[in-house]
Amino acid sequence: MARAPTSRTGSRIRARRLDLGLRQADLAEKAGISPSYLNLIEHDKRRIAGRLLTNIAAALETEPGLLTDGAERAVLDAMQAAAGRWDEGRAEVNRADDLAARYPGWAGLIAAQAARIAALEARAQMLTDRITYDPDLATALHGVISAVTAIRSTAAILTSDEKIDAEWQGRFHRNIHDDAIRLAAESDALVSYFDPPEDGAGVPLSPLEEVEGLLAQTEWHLAALEDNPPHNIAKPQLRKPAQQLFEAWEAVYVRDVEALPMSRLAAAIAEHGYDAWAIAGALDVDLAQVIRRMASLPPAEGRPPLGMVICDAGGFPTMLKEVAGFAFPRGTACPLWPVFTALGQPGRAIVADVVVPGQPETRLKCWAVAREVGVSQMDRPPLLQATMLVLPDPTPGPIPPMPIGVSCRICARSACAARREPSALGAGPNERL
Amino acid sequence: MGKRVLLIEDEPNIIEAISFILSRDGYTVHTHEDGTTAMDKLTKQIPDMIILDVMLPGRSGYDILRDVRATDGTKDLPVMMLTARGQTKDRELAERLGATLFLTKPFSNTEVRDHVRRLIGS
Repeated sequence: MARAPTSRTGSRIRARRLDLGLRQADLAEKAGISPSYLNLIEHDKRRIAGRLLTNIAAALETEPGLLTDGAERAVLDAMQAAAGRWDEGRAEVNRADDLAARYPGWAGLIAAQAARIAALEARAQMLTDRITYDPDLATALHGVISAVTAIRSTAAILTSDEKIDAEWQGRFHRNIHDDAIRLAAESDALVSYFDPPEDGAGVPLSPLEEVEGLLAQTEWHLAALEDNPPHNIAKPQLRKPAQQLFEAWEAVYVRDVEALPMSRLAAAIAEHGYDAWAIAGALDVDLAQVIRRMASLPPAEGRPPLGMVICDAGGFPTMLKEVAGFAFPRGTACPLWPVFTALGQPGRAIVADVVVPGQPETRLKCWAVAREVGVSQMDRPPLLQATMLVLPDPTPGPIPPMPIGVSCRICARSACAARREPSALGAGPNERL
Repeated sequence: MGKRVLLIEDEPNIIEAISFILSRDGYTVHTHEDGTTAMDKLTKQIPDMIILDVMLPGRSGYDILRDVRATDGTKDLPVMMLTARGQTKDRELAERLGATLFLTKPFSNTEVRDHVRRLIGS
């Protein structure tokens, strides 16, 4: 039988309080709550987030993130994903939290190795796609083979037994020389193509991951683009395809800054909280722009982590900001995510509380909207793009959150009508399959 | 005047080498480098055979081959396709569109000359 999901935030609060020599009553007073409520929190009977968590962390002279499940949750998510990818499926998934608690080093190793395997598989797929479909590679190879063909034919003429007059000989020698130089340049370009930079773990990244990695260094806030006029951002570490993607994101960012300067957004957050829909309505700014701006807020104490995903009409994430509690797989995401609902209802704002399975379960508040991108064409369907903002651990609302998954492979919701394939977590068979 | 070969290829040094080999063998070689206008050139002066590169600026050799086979006066011409890609699907596409021969780069001069001799005689 599955054990109830647990959170260890309360245990961490208790341990920190005892380290500081505080009584429950002292901490409760500082945090502005009753001692009995604090007792429930410390025994993990109540989950906390937002302002209360910030107040308790401040009273305990620590960061909220050190008290919450952020890091542990990421490890648990990674362990569950690893179990889901194991075809023999014998991992005791329901005991993952025990393993992480008792042997955090081993749990970290499993998570790290699973992440590395996933990155390597993604890299292998990317290389396969590049070799098969990349027009740049096809052009580069064509250039090399054409140069080789010309050299081979010309050299064969020069070395044949038949007599060639001096003028033609001179032309062919020049041609071989020119082709040899071209071949050297083409070969060099080809070698560069297959010689990408590597990340710290030794796993080369896709251009999109390179861009997301660079953005993550500043929590997606690009201070240089907040000014008017915007300053240039140096990005020497990016390869050319990633630079192109980054420049496209910069252009979007600058337009968003014009539509919604940070000072105006900060004032709206002070009035409406982190409610993208309310802010969009109050400021009469497009919801997708509000979402992108909120995902680009500068890091600040007490500010909740805000995740974001932007998907094309095929559901592929073209920009993904993951935060603790929000993991979004590329290519195999659960179709119940509000970002996909938005794709089916272009122009309509989707606001939904969702709950993602896991140990513990994760509650998320999502705002999503799909917009047409590019120039409309009479004879073509609109090209859609959906944008979704994600706030982990929101204040519970009156409507129960909608259960969704991360991806079917690691989701135990056996009766889900949206299931694509059986779960590898030992869930029962699905009627639809 | 020898039999006429139209070489549609955009690499100048390959053009020069093939032209030299075939001219020395007695053929009259005309050349054209642009895919977009290749059919105009072809229909103005119909050759005895075509040597056609696949990757051309403006229009692919496959598209040109499709037009050649659909045009009176050129539909029965022998066409030897040249390509840097030797994958099965490329060869199958060329055959399906009606290519007489499919030659993968880098080829030898002897291969080119022997195929031309076989297709249209010396």
